[in-house]
Amino acid sequence: MSELPGDLLYTSEHEWLRHENDGSVTVGVTDHAQSALGDLVYVELPDVGQDVDSGGDMAVVESVKAASDVYAPIDGAIVAVNEELADDPEKINADPYGDGWIVRIQPSESIDESALMTPDAYQELLDQEEA
Amino acid sequence: MGSKTPLYDKHAEAGARIVDFGGWDMPLHYGSQKEEHHAVRKHAGMFDVSHMTIVDLRGERVRDFLRNLLANDVAKLQVHGKALYTCMLNEQGGVIDDLIVYFLGETWFRLIVNAATREKDLAWIRRHAKDYDVEVNERAELAMIAVQGPEARELAATCIDAQWREQALELKLFTGMEAGDLFVARTGYTGEDGWEIVMSAEQAPAIWDQLLATGVAPCGLGARDTLRLEAAMNLYGSDMDESISPLEAGLSWTIAWDPDDRDFIGRGPLEALRVDSTKRRFVGLLLEDKGVLRNHQRVVVEGIGEGEITSGGFSPTIGRSIALARVPAGDYESAHVDVRGKLLNVRIVKTPFVRNGQIRIDI
Repeated sequence: MSELPGDLLYTSEHEWLRHENDGSVTVGVTDHAQSALGDLVYVELPDVGQDVDSGGDMAVVESVKAASDVYAPIDGAIVAVNEELADDPEKINADPYGDGWIVRIQPSESIDESALMTPDAYQELLDQEEA
Repeated sequence: MGSKTPLYDKHAEAGARIVDFGGWDMPLHYGSQKEEHHAVRKHAGMFDVSHMTIVDLRGERVRDFLRNLLANDVAKLQVHGKALYTCMLNEQGGVIDDLIVYFLGETWFRLIVNAATREKDLAWIRRHAKDYDVEVNERAELAMIAVQGPEARELAATCIDAQWREQALELKLFTGMEAGDLFVARTGYTGEDGWEIVMSAEQAPAIWDQLLATGVAPCGLGARDTLRLEAAMNLYGSDMDESISPLEAGLSWTIAWDPDDRDFIGRGPLEALRVDSTKRRFVGLLLEDKGVLRNHQRVVVEGIGEGEITSGGFSPTIGRSIALARVPAGDYESAHVDVRGKLLNVRIVKTPFVRNGQIRIDI
């Protein structure tokens, strides 16, 4: 069973989003995703200030096994990236919802939450994938 | 659902992530591929390699048969139990498979071939064996565990019956022996010392448990791949296949050219390529920039041409990305690799990258 915090929103690409108090959104990959990827060895981060479109690729996480794109879950601009991942990509394995966060995005418009998943909906997706 | 080795339940019990490998359900890792990798470099790890195909060949003319079938020369095998790494080529000089052949008697040799190539290998071997009256017997009932690492032999020796133990510990590199019900050989695919132990399917789970109890770490196919890449050992299907000559896959050392009148399958095309100065090089690459080299990425050599990475990945021992690549002929020491549209700097290095726990390249 992978861990699934109840205060986050999720995507079908196995990413999570957290609303921050300043209106920005923090994004990372889920516990399920890091477990499937295996030991992370490299993370390619976008530049701060870069615009991202929902569904477009914005970062790459590479494990010993494979490279995997990280998609922007919303439209907006990158306001912060987790620089510590450059030297310590395994933070994603150790703490995917905390120290292993990847980027923070300032949304360009109000977020369409119907396009995202609640913890229950994401759990259902995981159950389906495992079945 | 794929085929299962006699150790499948052990992998499932240990919580392994199971993946399909050539039709077999095999463990990829048991938690952390990197930790398994380091366990083999520093202590001892074990791999279930029961999916590999063991083929016993018997007959009065078995040696003659193998001198024709294989590109290396089994005439080199004169001591009981001695092993030889070799390619089996098609008529065009392409690699059907790479394998290890053991000399177990003047009328008995044993081949260990890859799992994914099992069917075509057996068909090829049987087709040619007919002319030599050689009996081809696949030993699917046998299991195999590779125990690898600086402490591997010492720990695994506890599984060997006392009367054979000392002799087993004195085995020379690339030599095997029968130890009661077991067949033990000082071979492997990691660049570390160790044994590969062949046993009956019934014995395998108990021996696995015994090794586990002595502190040998179970390791999956993931670590097996990064270990063999660091050791610059070729992987069939990635580094070479039927369209590739061993001379363009870094395997020239496995071709026995002498005596020059030995007629082995594929020799003609190989002789032609041998003197061809335009044949491609097979080299090791070290990534100078950040990132990870992967299979099939394009290698760009300015002013000369392009090549391809055949095996790329992250080296846990070195902490940087390394690769094996087939590149154009010519004298050059650096190149670029196209990683998602960016040209990253790589240096050409002499392989192996790592051997016996030590980094062997300048970093």
